[in-house]
Amino acid sequence: MSTATTQKITLAKGLNMGLRKAMEDDDKVLLMGEDVGKLGGVFRITDGLQKDFGEDRVIDSPLAESGIVGTAVGMALRGYRPVVEIQFDGFVYPAYDQIVCQVAKYTYRSQGKVKMPIVIRIPFGGGIGAVEHHSESPEAQFAHTPGLKVVACSNPVDGYWMIQQAIAHDDPVIFLEPKRQYHADKAELDESATPEPLFTSRVVRPGTDATVLAYGPTVKTALKCAEAAESEGRSLEVIDLRTLSPLDMAPVYESVRRTGRCVVTHEAHVNLGMGAELAARVTEQCFYSLEAPVLRVGAFDTPYPPSRIEEEYLPDLDRVLDAVDRSFSY
Amino acid sequence: MSDPASPRSDTFGPDLAEVFGPSQSDGGPDLVQLLTPEGERVHHPEFDHDFSAEELRGLYRDMVLTRRIDVEATALQRHGELGIWAQLLGQEAAQIGAGRALRPQDYVFPTYREHGVAYCKGVDPLRLLGLFRGVDQGGWDPNENNFGLYTIVIGAQTLHATGYAMGMQRDGVVGTGDPERDAAVIAHFGDGASSQGDVNEAFIFAASYNAPVVFFCQNNQWAISEPIERQTRIPLYQRALGFGFPGIRVDGNDVLATYAVTKAALQRAREGNGPSFVEAYTYRMGAHTTTDDPTRYRLNDELEHWKLKDPIERLKVYLRRNGLVDQEFFDSLDAEAKELGHHLREGCKALPDPKPLDQFGYVFSEMTEEIAAQRDGFAAYLESFEESHA
Repeated sequence: MSTATTQKITLAKGLNMGLRKAMEDDDKVLLMGEDVGKLGGVFRITDGLQKDFGEDRVIDSPLAESGIVGTAVGMALRGYRPVVEIQFDGFVYPAYDQIVCQVAKYTYRSQGKVKMPIVIRIPFGGGIGAVEHHSESPEAQFAHTPGLKVVACSNPVDGYWMIQQAIAHDDPVIFLEPKRQYHADKAELDESATPEPLFTSRVVRPGTDATVLAYGPTVKTALKCAEAAESEGRSLEVIDLRTLSPLDMAPVYESVRRTGRCVVTHEAHVNLGMGAELAARVTEQCFYSLEAPVLRVGAFDTPYPPSRIEEEYLPDLDRVLDAVDRSFSY
Repeated sequence: MSDPASPRSDTFGPDLAEVFGPSQSDGGPDLVQLLTPEGERVHHPEFDHDFSAEELRGLYRDMVLTRRIDVEATALQRHGELGIWAQLLGQEAAQIGAGRALRPQDYVFPTYREHGVAYCKGVDPLRLLGLFRGVDQGGWDPNENNFGLYTIVIGAQTLHATGYAMGMQRDGVVGTGDPERDAAVIAHFGDGASSQGDVNEAFIFAASYNAPVVFFCQNNQWAISEPIERQTRIPLYQRALGFGFPGIRVDGNDVLATYAVTKAALQRAREGNGPSFVEAYTYRMGAHTTTDDPTRYRLNDELEHWKLKDPIERLKVYLRRNGLVDQEFFDSLDAEAKELGHHLREGCKALPDPKPLDQFGYVFSEMTEEIAAQRDGFAAYLESFEESHA
């Protein structure tokens, strides 16, 4: 194995390297957002990029989310490929109108004459002990919007490749980054490898008894869950969805037809969340293979609670295992 | 008890009641005007332009044809050919003045009422009807004429304009000194939009980056039924100063002044001197759209008052009085307007309806498997009816 192209990196580093590579490869790529320049972003994801690419390509913006996304629309119309950073998930709502009415609709409205290659990066999810609006999971709201593609990375290697693929893609991509994982685990990155296509899900742990679907921050939870289940004699297959819109369901159907059981876990509220869509599709396509109803493990249908009790709100190892147990009780 | 709907007097700062006093009904003392409602040519120390007879006739022709587009489209709506139409009656001078001040390389970000600007940019007026007929959502290629698609969400396009202008800066087409190369953007919006967050954010971004964008507000006094007093406590053009760029109020019913002021603002932007705000002080003589009923919220006296300021009539008076036109000019223009009306009437009815399966196209730059599956399923469903009838 060549050591020249491999290194151990965090998710934050993977994203930083991916952004750098995308900017080197295409001089139409611009970064825009609050604090993305000198500070390198509040999570340091854009660290050092303004220094190397200049203020015209790494643009510190006024504190106005609708303004950031709305001006990115204009930049895209002029032929640029803007990558905007929303500082925290809960701050995306001021830009919601521009995202769902303008970014998502321009290609349709123009009957394909105009492309909208914008990437909207959103550090999402909880577990960092933050104050309100800093820990939310708004993915279903964007996945519900035709015209947007929504992806969620879960590990450093995917972070590196997926951000480049999202930037190179001609449609708008909501790019969700599990902020709890930014500086958590390291993984080996081989820059010379051929990445998997962007809009695909992936089996990250094979198993035979039940399928656990996860994305973003809950992939790690699901993998821990599979480890714990193994000690109890159950073999769980874990699928990292990676793409939420469009969904890549073929590996999911294949898995559930084999295992007969399916548990979905995400940090977002259960009501009308991604789990509802996944459960409906799995039921429709795998009805005769299912041994139990598809079960969902997510956050409660309450606003994000004070951080002292967020561990009681977010789906954790025990709650996912409990759902697996319930699945086997049918 | 003070009436909350009326302008307040404040102990802090100027007496705001004065700002909204009777002097404002004619646009106030700062109104830039080159042609009075009576058709008298007046001069302005800062904004003037030596119009040739040909230019003046051209501007008159443009306004007449623009009004014809509006009148025909309104009639088409009344005949059930359009679902709705956003009328511009009374705003011809504001739009033609702004539209004719543009150079080909300048880019327009319109609302849904910029029919006159579209005409100036070379967009076939027939193409404007598709959106209102419900056969498309903008039937023109925005990059063909540098005229963006109509934007329904109030003020959203001012941010697109600002971003586009920032792109122009990066492309090096601002402040080069080459008049054929230097370019600017114009963002159109109304007085109601001035209350939107997006418009205020656009002002901040444009000022912060010194973007080459002209914010062109047609203050037609009414945002559907909401009067201008419900949008602002100070004259709109004065807001610009608070954002750090110049604002100017021009008589929006005076095509000469609108042209001169917009030309200067665009030139300032092209030269790299940043954004500016033009408030075209005008009046919407028609309804907001054809679904609206202005008699429910405004007095007929007001309309009669503004009819005396009709933008077309005043230029006509000037042209006649100065012997710049003859009967042949009017006859020829009349024939041209009739031909345009015919083009719109016949063309509108001939606009093809989209096919049921067209709705699946162009959600993305390339068809996704998911949408293709829905399209194919729907196609099979439709075909099942054809078979049952066979």
